[in-house]
Amino acid sequence: MSQLKKTALNNTHRKLGGRMIDFGGWDMPVQYAAGTIEEHMAVRTAVGLFDVSHMGEIEIRGPQALDLIQRLTTNDAGKLNDGQAQYSALTYPEGTFVDDILVHRFAPDHYFLCVNASNTDKDYDWVCDNAGDFDAEASNVSANYTQLAIQGPKALEVLQPLTGVDLGAIKYYWFTRGDVDGVPAIIARTGYTGEDGFEIYFDPNESERTWNRVLESGSPRGILPCGLAARNTLRLEAKMALYGNDIDNTTTVLEADLGWICKLNKGDFIGRDRLAKQKEEGLTRKLIGFEVTDKGIARDHYPIFINGREAGVVTSGSHAPYLKKNIGLGYLPIEHTGIGTEFEVDVRGRRLAAQVVQTPFYKRSK
Amino acid sequence: MAAYPDDLHYTKDHEWIRVTDGAGTVGITDFAQEQLGDVVHVQLPRVGEKFEAHATFGEVESVKTFSELYIPVSGEITEINQSLADAPELVNSSPYGDGWMIKVKISKASEVDSLLSSSEYEDFIESQKEE
Repeated sequence: MSQLKKTALNNTHRKLGGRMIDFGGWDMPVQYAAGTIEEHMAVRTAVGLFDVSHMGEIEIRGPQALDLIQRLTTNDAGKLNDGQAQYSALTYPEGTFVDDILVHRFAPDHYFLCVNASNTDKDYDWVCDNAGDFDAEASNVSANYTQLAIQGPKALEVLQPLTGVDLGAIKYYWFTRGDVDGVPAIIARTGYTGEDGFEIYFDPNESERTWNRVLESGSPRGILPCGLAARNTLRLEAKMALYGNDIDNTTTVLEADLGWICKLNKGDFIGRDRLAKQKEEGLTRKLIGFEVTDKGIARDHYPIFINGREAGVVTSGSHAPYLKKNIGLGYLPIEHTGIGTEFEVDVRGRRLAAQVVQTPFYKRSK
Repeated sequence: MAAYPDDLHYTKDHEWIRVTDGAGTVGITDFAQEQLGDVVHVQLPRVGEKFEAHATFGEVESVKTFSELYIPVSGEITEINQSLADAPELVNSSPYGDGWMIKVKISKASEVDSLLSSSEYEDFIESQKEE
């Protein structure tokens, strides 16, 4: 077995009692001493701190940086201003996912992509393979950054004492450069939890000190370090897709119910023709959210039955700690995707009743 | 509370049984609840169901994972812990007390003798950790 990759905070997690697991080749904390439910609730009601340094970062620079990004992604990066970020997708010609990503614009000739950890090399190769016709250059800068996510309704008041930047002036999905505890950082008002919060990117050499400073600032406000299990339940309640589960190279952006990042009129892009055709002809299946109405948890990969026939599979399924329900996502034939549609999930031989519900399951109050 | 109380008998599947007058109370150990993490659902049998020793009598589900429950001895279910339906977290907070799962009328008392003592179970856990 190959050696697991470690973030700069690996020892910090171990000192904090983090339970470490192999997450896509990374040695990461799945939870700390408090446990997943308390960590989840801390983010919903106060604030949580996550090490997400396993995420990849790719920079694209050059006079045609925007043209290259427009060619590679489904959302309209032409709408971005300096200091603005957007959720987007890298797609294959089939309209399926290479990855889902965040595109940040530093300057018209300088962009910064945040990509999924296990896809970093694949994404970087994909960008380079398609960059030939453009006067733009990509570089994989993942090793240059520690990325921390400070998430929750108290994220701003926890981070504010550590920086001279007026955090309140950063709008949702905008970012700026500034110091955090004296360390130069990119400070973005983004996240993967369904809460307000920030993601900060900075020099890995400063990781432990900055991590500890955030925890100190947060301790009077109920901060908890949070592991990947809470990250997963939080993003699921907010119906944010997870690459490898809910979206991959077999599912299109439209099937994933992400039409809002699929700007067919922005000009040509890889996958546009197929997505336009799919939109015109209509979908045959779609990602839906469901709630298990019987007692039990429909977990990832469990089969879905409609009228006794296997009709799909749970792509993400879990207990939802804040909602105190058992919820999930899965692709269903389009005629069975209406809200209220009843079906069954095979939970290790038991057929549990479930129902298509409105998503997101959880939406924070503004 | 001791991690593995002396008055209980244990299995290598991490259940415990407390025996009094031919009746047993069964739950999972502190080690098991720790490994599972936050318990969110316990699937229990019906009163009156009969099981052979080591048969599956239910399942325990945490946020991250699930585990089958194996009955330590043969017998008939006389009671299940109803409070786990609304408060499954009792398995975490009180694995040997309020987090008990079933009561069983033991049909073969000799089976109790083949279970692990507290110290044997503790040695077993340590040997697992070393692997």
